[in-house]
Amino acid sequence: MSDTIPIQLTVNGRQRSLRVAPHHTLLDVLRDDLDLTGAKECCLVGECGACTVIVDGRTVDSCLVLAVEVDGASVTTVEGLARDGSLSPLQQAFLDRGAAQCGYCIPGQLMSAHALLETNPHPSLDDVQEGLAGNLCRCAGYQQIVDAVLAAADGADR
Amino acid sequence: MHPFAYERPGSLAEAIALLGRHGAEARLLAGGTDLIIRLRDGSLRPSVVIDLKRVEELRPAIREEDGRLSISATSVMTDIAADPRVRRHFVALAEAAAVIGSVQIRNRATLAGNICNASPAADTAPSLLVYGAVVVAAGPAGTRRIPIDEFFVRSGATTLQRDELVAAVELPLPARRIGAAHVRRTRRRGHDLASVTLTCGVDDAGVTRLAYGSVGPRPVLEVDESGTLADPGSTGEARAGVLERMFLGASPSPRSMRASPEYRVAMLRALGERALRMALDRLGGG
Ligand SMILES: Cc1cc2nc3c(=O)[nH]c(=O)nc-3n(C[C@H](O)[C@H](O)[C@H](O)COP(=O)(O)OP(=O)(O)OC[C@H]3O[C@@H](n4cnc5c(N)ncnc54)[C@H](O)[C@@H]3O)c2cc1C
Ligand code: FES
Ligand code: FES
Repeated sequence: MSDTIPIQLTVNGRQRSLRVAPHHTLLDVLRDDLDLTGAKECCLVGECGACTVIVDGRTVDSCLVLAVEVDGASVTTVEGLARDGSLSPLQQAFLDRGAAQCGYCIPGQLMSAHALLETNPHPSLDDVQEGLAGNLCRCAGYQQIVDAVLAAADGADR
Repeated sequence: MHPFAYERPGSLAEAIALLGRHGAEARLLAGGTDLIIRLRDGSLRPSVVIDLKRVEELRPAIREEDGRLSISATSVMTDIAADPRVRRHFVALAEAAAVIGSVQIRNRATLAGNICNASPAADTAPSLLVYGAVVVAAGPAGTRRIPIDEFFVRSGATTLQRDELVAAVELPLPARRIGAAHVRRTRRRGHDLASVTLTCGVDDAGVTRLAYGSVGPRPVLEVDESGTLADPGSTGEARAGVLERMFLGASPSPRSMRASPEYRVAMLRALGERALRMALDRLGGG
């Protein structure tokens, strides 16, 4: 067995220090060590985006990132989107538009959409489709998901 | 995933020393979008993974120096696709970088990792071939420069030595005006490798460079110096004849699950013509 390595990171604004095994992914550590089960484990090959989180402002598939790689980084998961107990406008738009069917892909969809709107507050339909191309939805609720992102982008309160 | 030790060198010298010390037991890690999949499926079982992302000399950077654009080993596709100098001088590389995987993949995937992984379907390879890129390899004896056409050997194999790593990819700033375009064919955008990936570049002296991948063990570069492809007065027949000869290097695998050889060759023709048209338009449009 290889030794564990100490890492420090900021998760949803909170400083965390922990020891991780080098072969454990960021997804493993979020779910198993930090009890943040929003990011989902699904394909484990970078295709479905269910494990999407934001690292230093950019989305990654956390199944393809080793936990040791994010030492010193700032990580945002779906648990970090709500503020003071209320959903973010983007999350609210997902609810209002019925974008969540079974809901399994939704944390990943939300993180991709959140990152998109941070850099491009007024995306076109094409921008949204391209921005979410790495997130599959097996319930095929794509129309509602795209509608929700466009609706959130329109909302002045973002 | 099977356990391994993790090393995070801070300097190039340290990275090369680690590579020397661990030899075949070591694997370099850049963005991990190829490597971590292979660690998980067990097809690679290194005892040490050497992460290049904290190596000072390899930090993400695209620099213009001595008549060339140098892209450091940890530069990711997102930044390459958005870089104004890449878009201005090497638009077909920006186009290739922009269609790799998804946003999440492009935020991690490096150009160096794309060529070192040496998949025949690597989408940046045709553009690098057309622009005459040079791979800067760093090893115990210092650095050497490998023309990209001499870098690829076959699927998974390059001329990089075991004790070397890729420090940067350099693109000579074109001396002539060149119009170029990258095009490809996939089954599903964002989730599949290309069944054909192709770049065409035409310069104002009438030389056409065509490079294509995913139709044989390594990406292929062909050059038409006759001027036939670049000449607006050439007949469709004359052009088709030249293109046909340029595609003789294609040898698609009959065993692929992605596309049949017949399909790939048909797509190669269609994409070749399309990219040539786009390249000519861009050359004309300045
Ligand atoms: C869902 C998905 C979609 C994808 N889509 C595409 C696509 O459309 N087109 C495409 O071309 N590719 C695609 N890929 C493949 C992959 O993303 C690219 O090949 C990527 O550029 C690899 O870069 P990386 O930094 O992630 O490499 P890593 O995984 O870190 O490394 C890849 C290999 O190169 C070696 N290596 C890395 N850096 C160096 C270096 N500096 N010197 C020496 N060796 C090095 C590693 O040891 C490893 O063997 C896709 C992958 C996934 C998971
Ligand atoms: S579980 Fe990570 S992309 Fe599918
Ligand atoms: S809502 Fe079920 S997978 Fe997307």
